[in-house]
Amino acid sequence: MSKNAIDVRGAAGTPEPPANNQQVIGRAIVEPSVLSLSRGPGTLRTTLLMARVTFREAARRKILWIATLAGIAFLTLFWMALHFVLKHRTPQTSTVEFREGIVMMTMMVLYAGSMMTSLMAVLTSCDTLSGEIASGTIHAIATKPVQRWCLVLGKWVGFVGMLTLYVMLIEGGSIVISWFQGGYLPPHGPAVLSLIWLQALVLLGLTMAASTRFSSLTSGAVSLGLYGLAFVGGWIEQFGSLQHVKACINLGILSSLIMPSDALWRRAAFKFQPPMLGTVGVTPFSGTLVPSNAMVVYAALYAVLLMLLAQLLFSRRDL
Amino acid sequence: MATLTIDASQLRKTYGTRTAVRDLTLQVGRGEAFGFLGPNGAGKSTSIKMLLGLVKPTGGSALLLGQPVGTREVRARVGFLPEHFRFYDWLSASELILFHGRLCGLAEAKLRKKVPQLLQRVGLGAQHNKPIRSFSKGMMQRVGLAQAIVNDPEILFLDEPTSGLDPAGRKLVRDVIGEQCRRGATVFLNSHLLGEVEQSCDRVAFIRDGRIIGMYQMGAWQSPQTEVEIKVARVNSAAMERLNAFTQDLRLEGQLMRLRVAKVDHLPEVVRCLVEAGAEVFSVVPQRASLEDLFLQMMGPDPGL
Repeated sequence: MSKNAIDVRGAAGTPEPPANNQQVIGRAIVEPSVLSLSRGPGTLRTTLLMARVTFREAARRKILWIATLAGIAFLTLFWMALHFVLKHRTPQTSTVEFREGIVMMTMMVLYAGSMMTSLMAVLTSCDTLSGEIASGTIHAIATKPVQRWCLVLGKWVGFVGMLTLYVMLIEGGSIVISWFQGGYLPPHGPAVLSLIWLQALVLLGLTMAASTRFSSLTSGAVSLGLYGLAFVGGWIEQFGSLQHVKACINLGILSSLIMPSDALWRRAAFKFQPPMLGTVGVTPFSGTLVPSNAMVVYAALYAVLLMLLAQLLFSRRDL
Repeated sequence: MATLTIDASQLRKTYGTRTAVRDLTLQVGRGEAFGFLGPNGAGKSTSIKMLLGLVKPTGGSALLLGQPVGTREVRARVGFLPEHFRFYDWLSASELILFHGRLCGLAEAKLRKKVPQLLQRVGLGAQHNKPIRSFSKGMMQRVGLAQAIVNDPEILFLDEPTSGLDPAGRKLVRDVIGEQCRRGATVFLNSHLLGEVEQSCDRVAFIRDGRIIGMYQMGAWQSPQTEVEIKVARVNSAAMERLNAFTQDLRLEGQLMRLRVAKVDHLPEVVRCLVEAGAEVFSVVPQRASLEDLFLQMMGPDPGL
């Protein structure tokens, strides 16, 4: 390094730049005309630039690969389990009973996958804004001629890309295995995937909005805390529905409004099952009380508004 | 072409009850290298962040290149090397400069030609493909410098650019500052390394407790009188009396005589007096007030941390 440390242009061994490139760096300043004034890369290019760098960064995180390996491990386990179930199927087992078993097993795998996806959404994004603000990484970026909201939007797009692939791999994989091995094709496969995907987006929006103001750890804790609240709220709602306790149902609905993640899962679980199944007892898979379409619309708005809130909070804060 | 590139008037920033910057009023001209000096916590970084639009001022106003700070048009014409430059360390040096060039909205073809040249310029030509993760602090600082000038800025803000650098790296920063000024850019240098500022800047401002307490052309703080240190032996009272007639603040401590003359031209006369009175003169050294002397004088006694 020391050989090159001082003015190296024209030093021995350094190829001379071609004559027409001489002025590429260090051009003298001339009065810019109004037309030639640069306003930066524009909103679309900035968003895509940030999306790409965020996607690449997320793809380099160990946590993503560990989660992917874990996902592949439980998909393999699931596939093996189905294989043995099929092998030991006796002629006495009724078709309905058999299919019920396959559906329940697939649901469990889907549920684990949805939890992994939610964790991924929170853990990969909680550090992105707060971490870059704390380390000063953001200073060199935010002083470029770009709009701050585009930086947030770009990051969001990058994470959405990563989460989409993750949902397709883990949840899509579960459905495909259950279809090929067990012969069960859910009536609304794409809807199930979309709902689980939306669940991840809700958590992503919340985490990013929190990380514009709080530290990485706090942002993660806020999101996972509300995720836990929604989980408990979901059970309370179902219990209330079974026992006809209106107050419990209302509590559950309130918790879904605060964090709609569990409502989305329950809707996905309902969509996955054949119509008559899933009305038994209180489990994370039961459709005792299925969240309405309105709740899904609410969750989608929730995800989008939180993403916009993150843009607003980030644009307004001192860096 | 506007001659003022930075024009700040009574910029102020408070965080709750704490005032980081009380009154930042300064004008910097085109092609000028401006040093911004102050102890840690004086408000240097907050000032630079306000000028860059990273931090919203509580009061006051500032124009960069004749336009309000923070607009995209202004930011397109400004370069910034933050203190503790950090970036996605899994990118290579080339990828990082490319990314920053794209954020500046530069054309792809031009950028592809420019990146290798910039990395050569900062002495990282051979390391252009290595991930930044493997870089030392000094190398990071060089990459940071390259991204700061990727858009040929009209104002270059450098926040403590030499803090992690070895002597060769410091010389590189000085050279880049010189080049930028020659091409007409304004350089705003935030530093507490006084030697660097002394060698690079045309003008300096001192900031303490969030307020500018003095601004000088480089070297203009030298008093018209010259202080002289003379190593001398066998000085008698007659010599002292004769010297007292045309010098000030005459003191003799052992073999070291200190005095002040109105002009350097008076020095031969001082020596003649001493020699004629039988004294032996070993050396005569005119003292020049350094930037450090001025800094210490401006900042007053160290209050401790």
